[in-house]
Amino acid sequence: MTMTEDVVATPFIGSRRLRREDPALLTGEAKYTDDIPAVGALHLAVLRSPHAHARIVSIDVSGALAIPGVVAAYTGEDLASQWAAPMPCAWPVTAEMKNPAHYPIAMGKVAYVGDGVVAIVATNHTASRDALDAIVVEYDVLPAVIDLEDALSDRVVIHESAGTNRSYIWELHPQGKETVDAIFASAAHTVSERYIQQRLIPAAMEPRAVLAMPQPFGGDFTLYTSTQVPHILKIMAAITVGIPEHLLRVVAPSVGGGFGSKLNVYAEELLCLVLARKHRCAVRWVEERTEAATSTIQGRGQIQNIELAADANGKVQAVRVHILGDMGAYLQLVTPGVPLLGAFLYAGVYDVPNMSFVCESVFTTMTPTDAYRGAGRPEATYAIERAMDSLAAKLGEDPAEFRKKNMIQKDQFPYTAMTGLQYDSGDHVGVLEKAQELVDYTGLRAEQAARRASGSKKHLGIGVSSYFEMCGLAPSRVLASLNYSAGGWEAATVRVLPTNKIQVVTGATPHGQGHETSWSMIVADKLGVSPDDIDVLHSDTALSPLGLDTYGSRSLAVGGIAIVMACDKVIDKARKIAAHQLECSEDDLEFVNGTFSVRGSSDKSMPLAGIAFEAFTAHNLPDGMEPNLEAHTTYDPPNFSWPFGTHICVVEIDEETGFTEVIKYVAIDDCGNQINPLIVEGQIHGGIVQGLAQALFEEATYDAEGNLKSGSFADYLVPSAADVPSLTLGHSVTPSPTNPLGVKGVGEAGTIGAAPAVINAIVDALSPFGITDITMPATPNRVWSAIQNAHS
Amino acid sequence: MQVSVTVNGKAQSHDVEPRTLLVHFLRESCALTGTNVGCDTSSCGACTIHIDGESVKSCTVLAAQADGASITTIEGLAAADGTLHPMQQAFHENHGLQCGYCTPGMVMASISLLDENPHPTEQEVRIGLEGNLCRCTGYHNIVKSVLAAAGQMS
Repeated sequence: MTMTEDVVATPFIGSRRLRREDPALLTGEAKYTDDIPAVGALHLAVLRSPHAHARIVSIDVSGALAIPGVVAAYTGEDLASQWAAPMPCAWPVTAEMKNPAHYPIAMGKVAYVGDGVVAIVATNHTASRDALDAIVVEYDVLPAVIDLEDALSDRVVIHESAGTNRSYIWELHPQGKETVDAIFASAAHTVSERYIQQRLIPAAMEPRAVLAMPQPFGGDFTLYTSTQVPHILKIMAAITVGIPEHLLRVVAPSVGGGFGSKLNVYAEELLCLVLARKHRCAVRWVEERTEAATSTIQGRGQIQNIELAADANGKVQAVRVHILGDMGAYLQLVTPGVPLLGAFLYAGVYDVPNMSFVCESVFTTMTPTDAYRGAGRPEATYAIERAMDSLAAKLGEDPAEFRKKNMIQKDQFPYTAMTGLQYDSGDHVGVLEKAQELVDYTGLRAEQAARRASGSKKHLGIGVSSYFEMCGLAPSRVLASLNYSAGGWEAATVRVLPTNKIQVVTGATPHGQGHETSWSMIVADKLGVSPDDIDVLHSDTALSPLGLDTYGSRSLAVGGIAIVMACDKVIDKARKIAAHQLECSEDDLEFVNGTFSVRGSSDKSMPLAGIAFEAFTAHNLPDGMEPNLEAHTTYDPPNFSWPFGTHICVVEIDEETGFTEVIKYVAIDDCGNQINPLIVEGQIHGGIVQGLAQALFEEATYDAEGNLKSGSFADYLVPSAADVPSLTLGHSVTPSPTNPLGVKGVGEAGTIGAAPAVINAIVDALSPFGITDITMPATPNRVWSAIQNAHS
Repeated sequence: MQVSVTVNGKAQSHDVEPRTLLVHFLRESCALTGTNVGCDTSSCGACTIHIDGESVKSCTVLAAQADGASITTIEGLAAADGTLHPMQQAFHENHGLQCGYCTPGMVMASISLLDENPHPTEQEVRIGLEGNLCRCTGYHNIVKSVLAAAGQMS
């Protein structure tokens, strides 16, 4: 018996298989964009505006050009003729949406600290950076706009062409606005809450980097870039730069994390392309961390007003939401759509029959916002989960019991929500009860009561957060109804090579998620081969020409299904070849562990290996059959997928210092069937800590002049291992009935569940002081001040 | 100026500008790109290497200061036959990495941590790795990896 036969006897799906990606990453062999050599490449550096809002009066680059090694300096006007179109926004959420044209280097005016003013090209990196200090720019400084309500007032209009700071207003009133208003007018109980979603800096560990390599005589361009979306970028760059799409290849090499921040089309990617075209040689750029704080998108940035109306029994009857969204200075790739991704989740996991949602989004003189892990859904979950706690407190009910009473019950699935969307499957009460058991909810409540009775200065708080996540982005027709400019399908190719090794091509683009490992496990089970005999090709538009990339927890729920379908097509074709050669009917063949056998006569069989070789030689194929054994599919999901779960956070707050310690954190995230639990858990761990970081540590803070005050890792508190707790994960599997793997997606779940769990715990701990809310991040200073204010 | 060092057992001598940081010397002059740059404030630890057996953030040292030193980078850990260092193996087995960008620095710092404290508690590992940031793993499995390696390496 060979090793391979031994291995393939086991199903791989569901096993904790170690990642094949690891050895290259653990040894320094993996190549990130800045690791790719390019002899003779020019180096790009960008002079960035030190002002949030200003007219450019004059620019003098003569000092920069005098520095040895500096090749050229370009203002926005110098490059104006290079652009076929302005920077792209792919999500015009309404026909009236204001989207002022903006370009990689500003022309005439800057609108945030970090806006590009001059592009320097030099023969080496240090010369390019030295040149920035030698440029003299005269600005006519204008007032900054950093407050969203101030922006909405149009006191200072940032973009004259728009005439207003309001980019759009988007509304969703499935039952009619008047219906919802009437419910509120007559409701037995209501709460009205206002929450701030602070701006966050995504801070993927690899700063962005770009390398554009032209073939000046051949006419082709290869763009290496640290991106989540090489496929989307190829199309957008072609449109913006005017390089014909078929001559542009985009490669995302090893990518050091994204979290949404690399789901974009960035100025520097486009600049490297136009400068490579202009100078007829390679151009590279690498972002510095402090530069990244303003030149890479930021996340969140909303003021949320949420109201709940409940009947006399405490059953929520309606939710009414008004969001004020901070777009930043310009619209990036999907900036305006981010609040809309949350619009459908403001009733969370609850059986609420009525809703009313309004989102107004405004321009400010700060770095553009865009998708950051969860994109709209953590914000929505935060609002409903905080508001549910407020309502429970108002009614004097336990927050967990109050949730259960309002939850969509297991037997209601598939459940058609009041928004018209259908939720595939769920067991909200079940996971909440499991989480309560895991954390010892009853015991903790008893301990809390005992501490309070004893007058302890160490306050125990228990915070519950239950969530629903809208994943598997997305059915293309639903995207159409939201005015999104692309579809939501994913592509896959499965190719059996003559020696029975397999190539899998995926349009998903991993940047740490371990797709190579998971995809090979799926294909191994489908085709009865070892995962070691499968290679997974991705992230290069020359190898994987079709795809819509990785974001929104979509890779498995959409891309994984495309792979299953391609495997099925391969099996169908192989079956035809086997039937032809074994001289039997296709219906008589069964395919088990990589071998076709005639039912009832075990001596008549043909392994996939033999069929692969027959497909290659083409000596004896059925008439008219093409000589290959490969299949291509694109899969457009029929529905979103709906992962769900409950997180319970336990904090201890020191009344004397305001310091919050997370002493226990329990999470049960149900993402349907799990391909590789090891990877699933890793995604949840990382997600939780990012959500916990929003709750406790992170905030992009600006001063009144629009300067980012937290622009480096010295000022912006990305937590370290010492700042965060060990995590306890429970287990729940509720398969999705809408796809053949029964999967839902898990990339954002942790982040979505975490922030409200932490803040609910803190507010719970502080409730004896009469404190009913705390703004994120709940720093020791904020908590201490809240306690002092409560005392006075 | 000429800087001569031993990197992963191999003599390297290169002419660099005096202001060159050691991390850039390693990445550009020595073409050892496994050591990553994650920040510009010596906060993230992605560039952690060993100089004469001690872990150092290579962005905090000028190449000139390392003249004559013996340096180990992530490329120097695995055996010639491809066998991973026990710390690398522990990270692999415990899923202590996702995107991998912090990993070289995290592995180098972790080896140094165990050199100083071969049997750390979970809390000692967390505090010991305070200078190395990771955005993917939430640290849970990194801590688990280091504790597992401590069991293996002692």
